[in-house]
Amino acid sequence: MNNRLYGNLIFELSKEGRKGYSLPRNNFGDYQIPQELCRSEEAALPECDELTVVRHYTNLSNNNFGVDTGFYPLGSCTMKYNPKINEEMAALPQFQNLHPLQPDHTVLGARALIIMLEKSLCALTGLAHFTFKPYAGAHGELTGLMTIDNYHRSRGDMARKKVIVPDSAHGTNPASAAVCGLEIIEVKSTPEGLVDLEDLKRIVAEQGTDIAAMMMTNPNTLGLFETSIPAIAKLIHDCGGLMYYDGANLNPMLGACRPGDMGFDVMHINLHKTFSTPHGGGGPGSGPVGVREGLQDFFPFVSPYQGNYAVMMRAYAYICSLGRENIKMVGPLATLNANYIKESLKDVYELPIDTTCCHEFVFDGLKDKSTGVTTMDVAKRLLDYGYHAPTIYFPLLFHESLMIEPTENESKETLDAFIAVMRQIAEEAKNDPELVKLAPHDTPIGRVDDVLAAKHPVTTYKQMKNEQD
Amino acid sequence: MDYKFFPHTEDDLKTMLAKVGVKSLDELYAQIPESIRFKGDYELPRGASELEVRQVFERVGSENKQLTCFAGMGVYDHYTPSAIPSLLQRSEFLTSYTPYQAEISQGTLHYIFEYQSMMAELTGMDISNASMYDGTTACAEAMMMTVAAGKKVNKVLVSGCLNPNTFEVLKTYALHQGIELEVLPIREGTTSLDDVKTKLAEGGYAGVIVQQPNIYGIVEDFTGFAEACHEQKALFVMDSVAADLAVLKTPGEWGADIATGDGQSLGIPMQFGGPYVGYMCCREKLIRKMPGRIVGMTKDNRDQRAFVLTLQAREQHIRRQKATSNICSNQSLMALFVTIYMSLMGKQGMKEAAQLSYAGAHYLCDELLKTGRFKLGYDKPFFNEFYVKYDGDAQTLYQRFIEAGFLGGVLVEDGFLFAVTEKRTKEEIDNLVKIAAI
Repeated sequence: MNNRLYGNLIFELSKEGRKGYSLPRNNFGDYQIPQELCRSEEAALPECDELTVVRHYTNLSNNNFGVDTGFYPLGSCTMKYNPKINEEMAALPQFQNLHPLQPDHTVLGARALIIMLEKSLCALTGLAHFTFKPYAGAHGELTGLMTIDNYHRSRGDMARKKVIVPDSAHGTNPASAAVCGLEIIEVKSTPEGLVDLEDLKRIVAEQGTDIAAMMMTNPNTLGLFETSIPAIAKLIHDCGGLMYYDGANLNPMLGACRPGDMGFDVMHINLHKTFSTPHGGGGPGSGPVGVREGLQDFFPFVSPYQGNYAVMMRAYAYICSLGRENIKMVGPLATLNANYIKESLKDVYELPIDTTCCHEFVFDGLKDKSTGVTTMDVAKRLLDYGYHAPTIYFPLLFHESLMIEPTENESKETLDAFIAVMRQIAEEAKNDPELVKLAPHDTPIGRVDDVLAAKHPVTTYKQMKNEQD
Repeated sequence: MDYKFFPHTEDDLKTMLAKVGVKSLDELYAQIPESIRFKGDYELPRGASELEVRQVFERVGSENKQLTCFAGMGVYDHYTPSAIPSLLQRSEFLTSYTPYQAEISQGTLHYIFEYQSMMAELTGMDISNASMYDGTTACAEAMMMTVAAGKKVNKVLVSGCLNPNTFEVLKTYALHQGIELEVLPIREGTTSLDDVKTKLAEGGYAGVIVQQPNIYGIVEDFTGFAEACHEQKALFVMDSVAADLAVLKTPGEWGADIATGDGQSLGIPMQFGGPYVGYMCCREKLIRKMPGRIVGMTKDNRDQRAFVLTLQAREQHIRRQKATSNICSNQSLMALFVTIYMSLMGKQGMKEAAQLSYAGAHYLCDELLKTGRFKLGYDKPFFNEFYVKYDGDAQTLYQRFIEAGFLGGVLVEDGFLFAVTEKRTKEEIDNLVKIAAI
């Protein structure tokens, strides 16, 4: 990765008359697009030769940090290794050149692969059917909630418009519910970081006939397994609601516990987390939704074809590679790695809930708060040492949340080196707090002015040019 | 561990378990009630070597039929320049997360800024977001945006010439959002301004959604549509195939408030339905109503120009249940794909590819009409896709195309919807026509 910024924009490399493409000659005769259909001004796209374009994007990539660059302990995101074979399989021309509207008998292989992936996910989750239409995790949540809403509607149970969500939930959960036209009821957490069963009982007693579903991730966003899950599921089922599993934290459950067995009826999976497909700088992902037998009739039409098919192919290549004997080691090793870091750092970082975690855990900043060094500062200082920062300021339960998820792919040496750096930063915070507060120092850019960006948004090159003139 | 993705040796395991204070990996899960612990083996095949994985995919893949594509209906077989796949495999792009840590994500943030700039140019709109899942969901988000921007109105008017797939997705979102969709009648393969005016006059509409070129491939005349919308305080939404906008009159020129569509036509392989990339552009005044991520320019503390995710107060993870969209990612890598595509093709190449597609489609249309068996569905200008009626059994002909190695368009009503891109040669078209003439 660069430690000096490559800062050009492609527009700044453009020169009139250059071209970076080659097209076949027109052999069709003189067909001219009528002037009245055409745009009056050309789109001001760049004009560059091929090498300039290739160098530009190669240089830009060097401003970036990926899993292949180094340790990426970003909590809740499961930044595991993205195997190279997956990429090659997804690019096979036998699949890549298929039009989504090709008739079934010409795409037998493509369809077979979907069925194989569906069967695998059913085996791994204990659910009966999956739809692959959702393009991402949030899209999966929405699809799952629509499925639940459709189910209640089909029974004429129109009052069920409320979804119970723990106060530790991912921000997407309430947002997805809102887009699905549902209302949120927050259930409190206990001091131990788990769903407060008494609070839940109160909610169910008061509003039971309005409850469409309870939405949970298990382990929860603190990385803790919700041990009362059978009781929670019973409570919700008894009042006529369904249980929704947010699959964001599925990884530690591989080899340990299946959502279907926990009592969940509907779930989504982030193939880009648990099943190793690359995050791609923020997408494309894939968020298939699984349901118990009978609920598959209520899947909504949230996209036209098979979802992000090439992402699904990658996930299947991963499942194929690991197979039944290795996939069940994913959860235990991810869990071991997380606990190992937690135990090695809890004397210098504040661990609000000191218990065995699953794949991730949350510190509430440095133990020694007297230095004024915040979680933000620690995160930025980590960048100097060649690590991606953990997830920060989430969950909202603590002020200085620092959420660490190492994944199963990291070696003891990597973890030890990270632990050493985290301890070093804690030392620096004591001895030279300014060094930490002004970090990062060795990255292509320093801390950015977020306020400037938001106060006066400049979001296109044209706006940038207009500003300069 | 005896597996290539697990670096833990027996020794490591011992040391680490001791540090954690448990005796076995199993004990890490002691808190899970015994009744729900998964103990057995998953019903999955045994692990496969890389060679075997390859064999599985090649065997399954051989059951697919690769056809010369004359189908479109939203997904087009355009050419992918070779530079793109190799750049997309740069793992610094591929294996990174959403650019939350701007200091080590300037690569991603730069290309998203470029993407936004190019999409705004292409659509003739002021601004663009960082991309969306696909064209259909982008259009659904636009529908919700019109309602969120409106004042207590919940009806949206939709052209009858919208792609039925897009319409189905709109219907899904509308049902759960309590949005009422009304469909305009199809008049000679197009949307009528009079119908729009009559409907809008009833009041209560937040927006009007049209498609350009429409489902029949027809380039519609939307003169007066924007004015009619704005008179009734409704937003005008136009959904277009991205590549076509290199030459066609833009949503901006038609007076649209929001432009959406799919960017697949910018060289993305069809790959059986995805991933593609949706785009959404709008007028500057609507920026705070726009869903999805936005990258903006700023400075760092060393006074360097830098880019950053901005206006996040609009986003779902901050607004939680007050959110009007739940999208929390973009289709970043595919946005990079089309950005590189537009950089390579540039101003001229985009136009040339569009002209080639136009010429090929019109040549095919002329040749089909010459056989005497086809009739143009509507006598209206079209771009690279068109609807023809057939005087024989369309299903039989469609099957004959397949046997000859062609995906002969999409079957619609009593005919075909054919699409042609710059990839189709004169020879391929002549061969298709020969089969059609029998």
